[in-house]
Amino acid sequence: MTAVSLRHISRRFGDHVAVRDLNLDIESGEMVAFLGPSGCGKTTTLRMITGLIEPSSGDILFDGESVLSTPTERRGAVMVFQKHLLFPTMNVAQNVGFGLKMARVSREETAERVKEILELVDLPGLEDRKAHELSGGQQQRVALARALIVRPKVLLLDEPLANLDANLRITMRHLIRSIQKEMGITAIFVTHDQEEAVMLADRVALMFDGVLQQVGAPDEFFRTPRTTGVARFFRNGNFLRGHRRGSTIHTDVGPIEIVSTSETVEDGPSVLTVRPEEVRLVNEETDQENVVPAVVTSLIYMGSHTQLTVTIGDTPWQIQAPAAFQARNGDTVRLLLPRGHVSIVADDDTATTGSAEATLAEGSAVL
Amino acid sequence: MTTEPEKRTGLVPRWARWTAVTSIVVFVVVPISTLVVWSFAFRWNFPNILPTEWGLRAWSYTASDSSRVLEGLWNSTRLALLVTGMAIVVGLPASRALGQHEFRGKSTVEWLLMMPIIVPALVATMGIHQIFIRLRLTETLFGVALVHLIPAIPYFVLVMASVFANYGTALEETARTLGANRYRVFRYVTLPAISSGLLVASMFTFLISWGQYVTTLLIGGGTFVTLPLVLFPFLSGGNNSTAAAISLVFVAPAIVVLVLTSRQLSRDSALMGGFGKL
Repeated sequence: MTAVSLRHISRRFGDHVAVRDLNLDIESGEMVAFLGPSGCGKTTTLRMITGLIEPSSGDILFDGESVLSTPTERRGAVMVFQKHLLFPTMNVAQNVGFGLKMARVSREETAERVKEILELVDLPGLEDRKAHELSGGQQQRVALARALIVRPKVLLLDEPLANLDANLRITMRHLIRSIQKEMGITAIFVTHDQEEAVMLADRVALMFDGVLQQVGAPDEFFRTPRTTGVARFFRNGNFLRGHRRGSTIHTDVGPIEIVSTSETVEDGPSVLTVRPEEVRLVNEETDQENVVPAVVTSLIYMGSHTQLTVTIGDTPWQIQAPAAFQARNGDTVRLLLPRGHVSIVADDDTATTGSAEATLAEGSAVL
Repeated sequence: MTTEPEKRTGLVPRWARWTAVTSIVVFVVVPISTLVVWSFAFRWNFPNILPTEWGLRAWSYTASDSSRVLEGLWNSTRLALLVTGMAIVVGLPASRALGQHEFRGKSTVEWLLMMPIIVPALVATMGIHQIFIRLRLTETLFGVALVHLIPAIPYFVLVMASVFANYGTALEETARTLGANRYRVFRYVTLPAISSGLLVASMFTFLISWGQYVTTLLIGGGTFVTLPLVLFPFLSGGNNSTAAAISLVFVAPAIVVLVLTSRQLSRDSALMGGFGKL
């Protein structure tokens, strides 16, 4: 069942378009990450869902009904901010019980539910502490408990882990994930960290410049990035231009075979990509398909592997070679681009606004 | 956030503390003690260090109807309270806008707010007087209160704007999403968070109104008598004992306010942020 639908929502601030014609359906119980660099419109989208700001156009539906005329306090979309977490004049119990007090729940029931939820976030017995007596991680948990206790229709987390140190972040990730699954809460969180999005979310929605680029399960961003920009954001800068005919891309260094899947990509100029960790080094004698020559330009030993930079034709590629790999700059190596790992990406670098919108339309059609 | 409440005294150098203590003694304790002594003096001639005869004459005169001190005290009090109330009503939304939002012409608005501090109140009041006569606001409590707002509002707004700027909007937005409507957000989240700042700003406003002389004289037309207006003739008239007694009445709320605010200020030094602009 669809819990939250965003239909063609846009938001302008003066001349600046923060969010442009965004379409997204979020299933009940699903955890979606809005991912993107800062200023891409992800937080603006979150705030539109809460009702703290209104979309300039488009509609937002909760359980199939428009909530645009419902004020923030009655939407049930609860936001957890990254800082200024707790009400400073209240103790932990008052902070956590705030939403219940607003809903005029009795004192006894509130106390009971506060106790329960504090146990759930692993902070039992801290009811009487003041906000400033808690560590950053504890404050984060109290803020989470305060949001969860009202059983929100959708839980919104704005960079929830940004202010925590690395170890705490991992613990909190697990906590958020397990509670969200256990309670079956629909949740959306905003992050600029692709690793965090991949680890926490059922689905990732990647945005650049207010435009939704790609939505899908985390692995799709690795296996089938939609555009060169998406691939780059997921640390894949390996692109090769060619001309597609059927399931073959004809490039300057020879034909590359691909698994023909999508009919939406037509014959013509194409860009292919293979992730650095999927490119194989092969020796001279091989007669496999999809083998291309490349010239080594740099080698960096990384411990678990060696990061190899090569040029194919005149295009630079990154490759994860085995740690023991030895070569000198200028050496020629042979690379296997495994057929199953070659994907076609739309070219952002030469794209006009028109084709970016076409990509988006295509994206929403798939949704 | 996790550190213990800071112990400020340890951070202040010893010389600074002694300078502060000395100036308080020289500028506050000595003059006020002198006033106390004067107010109980019946005969005090040169070169005696203390009065040769003591008495309560000055105080009994101060308490009498003919001195108009009680009338002035009553007027000053309700006037200052009204000014403070009006400053809160007008100043809170304004300082919130200045502290938390960016908008076109913000710096112009800030400049306009500072104008009463720069332009002498006398000049402005002369002009306002003409208008108030037409509006029949002269010689009324409300008219005088309106004029007192002019010097009071800049201080109120500057203090509160910095309080709001420090406090941000995230907490209020959190409360909204948790089911609090605008009124309850203000009642349960905003007000507790800004209360100490609001107390300080209100006390300043109260004192600014309390100390007004020229504006009260012009708009009040001499019929609306406040404490400074009662005090002034005695200061120039040469009756030291009576002047001292009335001065003490006049200065009492200021001392109360000073003590209360200094406690608030030392607890929440962020409040001082607003004064950086002055």
